[in-house]
Amino acid sequence: MMAVDPADSAATPQTPMCEGRGTGPLFDADEERRARRKRIEEVAKYIVPLAILALAIWYWDRLVVWNDIEPYILPRPGLVLSTLIKDWGTLSQSLLITLQITGMALAVAVIGGVGLAVLFSLSRFAEMSFSPFAVILQVTPIVSIAPLIFIYIESRMIGLLLCAWIVAFFPILANTTLGLKSADHNLQDLMTIYKANRWQRLRYLQLPSALPYFLGGLKIAGGLALIGAVVAEYVAGTGGIGTGLAFRILEAGYRLQIPRMFAALILIAVTGVVIYATTSLISHLALRKWHESALKRE
Amino acid sequence: MSEADPMTAPLSERAPILHMREVDKTFGGQVAALRRMSLTVREGDFISLLGPSGCGKSTALRLIAGLMPPTLGKIEWVGGQGAGDLGVVFQEPTLMPWATVAQNVWLPFRLRGQSFKSVKDKVFEALALVGLEKFHDSYPRELSGGMKMRVSIARALVTRPRLILMDEPFAALDEITRQKLNDDLLALRAKTGATVIFVTHSVFESVFLSDRILVMAARPGRVIKEITVDEPYPRGLEWRIAPQYGEIAREASDALHGTLHAGQPEMAE
Repeated sequence: MMAVDPADSAATPQTPMCEGRGTGPLFDADEERRARRKRIEEVAKYIVPLAILALAIWYWDRLVVWNDIEPYILPRPGLVLSTLIKDWGTLSQSLLITLQITGMALAVAVIGGVGLAVLFSLSRFAEMSFSPFAVILQVTPIVSIAPLIFIYIESRMIGLLLCAWIVAFFPILANTTLGLKSADHNLQDLMTIYKANRWQRLRYLQLPSALPYFLGGLKIAGGLALIGAVVAEYVAGTGGIGTGLAFRILEAGYRLQIPRMFAALILIAVTGVVIYATTSLISHLALRKWHESALKRE
Repeated sequence: MSEADPMTAPLSERAPILHMREVDKTFGGQVAALRRMSLTVREGDFISLLGPSGCGKSTALRLIAGLMPPTLGKIEWVGGQGAGDLGVVFQEPTLMPWATVAQNVWLPFRLRGQSFKSVKDKVFEALALVGLEKFHDSYPRELSGGMKMRVSIARALVTRPRLILMDEPFAALDEITRQKLNDDLLALRAKTGATVIFVTHSVFESVFLSDRILVMAARPGRVIKEITVDEPYPRGLEWRIAPQYGEIAREASDALHGTLHAGQPEMAE
């Protein structure tokens, strides 16, 4: 049970609690050790992964040099970097397009997923009727539907968007549906006692209860939207102007421009990481005041 | 709101609030969760429903709360049930974790479309009654178990209901917190003139708090004995150690034990 402690606000993620080490009687040896470990962990959290990454890149570089590997098989990291800079004009254009498709697909997935989940929670009948379709869409591999989509849909952009959306919307739908159903039953009784109508129940109880579930779904959907966008573009193949990163990878592959392929690949990976970090941040900001997942325990 | 009056007047002269007439509740057509329960709740009553688990005490409360309909019989509010006539405190604090203390207490008004501003005084008054006005901006997770329960009580009180239902509200708390909250509950009652139906499985709690104890038995759930506690309010430590307190507790315990041994063998708490 936590007592109220004004200092215990989640607004300050890193509490500088051990500033006055050894200054007062507050810390005994054991506590000091614990504080030191905590401080080390705080720094190591960032240093360790970076160090490992640097080590891996260094080893990659050495591997190429030691074994005399040709750049069209495996380029050195430096070459990838310089290609990235040299081709930034083309690559950034493609990145922008991939980002656009991913972002739009995610936005539509959020609207569609949450909207459908709310509809399901309001009407059992709607859930019975539509949830099989949602499941079928989800379990059918996107690579197998995508060719059809590009036959039926004229606009390449809309086709890509549709593919990315199909992949991204299900986790949002599934999680939000679950969240809307898991409102505390005593609170539901309370709503009944105070004669809340359907809309009030949704707004004051179900939607807030579903928020952590929705945000969990969003984290998954963000990555999936990117995957959907990339995979769909592979299927769509060459398509003249406006082309995303996946097309650049294909193109570089045909022309044996392996460094460029790596550069595009790195951009996709970085994009995925940024999307994940962004959705995690959104989740943290939305939940930090009240939800168990965002609480720090003593 | 009429104060003090109904609390000092003799039982028969107080105005009735609610009648339960021959109420039956069966689930799935099998065992009667509640059989033939009749009860008249009068203004200022503090009624305890005392019994082992499965005796239908919570069922009775849920019926009165209107959370489910009786299978047979009637539950009638004298003069009809208006908005905010009923306050409920559950066994869990049942607070919205995403809302502050003040927002939680605001809920009954909010559901009637009343803005926070328009009822702010009432919200803070209710919080002051339970001694938590300083914590109005805290989130439930920042409070101890006892404090959360106080918020829950403030929310039940805030509309100044004619009847408050409490379903083993202090069962999950430690003994010391529980006694403190019992004392505070009686103080609240004195201040607000609230009428309370209190579900408990603690003999001592029921004797300390209530002026009427309905002892209930299981299978089928039913009232087997009504005990009137004549001790006037306010009650404090003297009442806890008074000989009469012990006598009534004994009477209630005997009735409870009778129920346990008469029916099928069951583990006593």
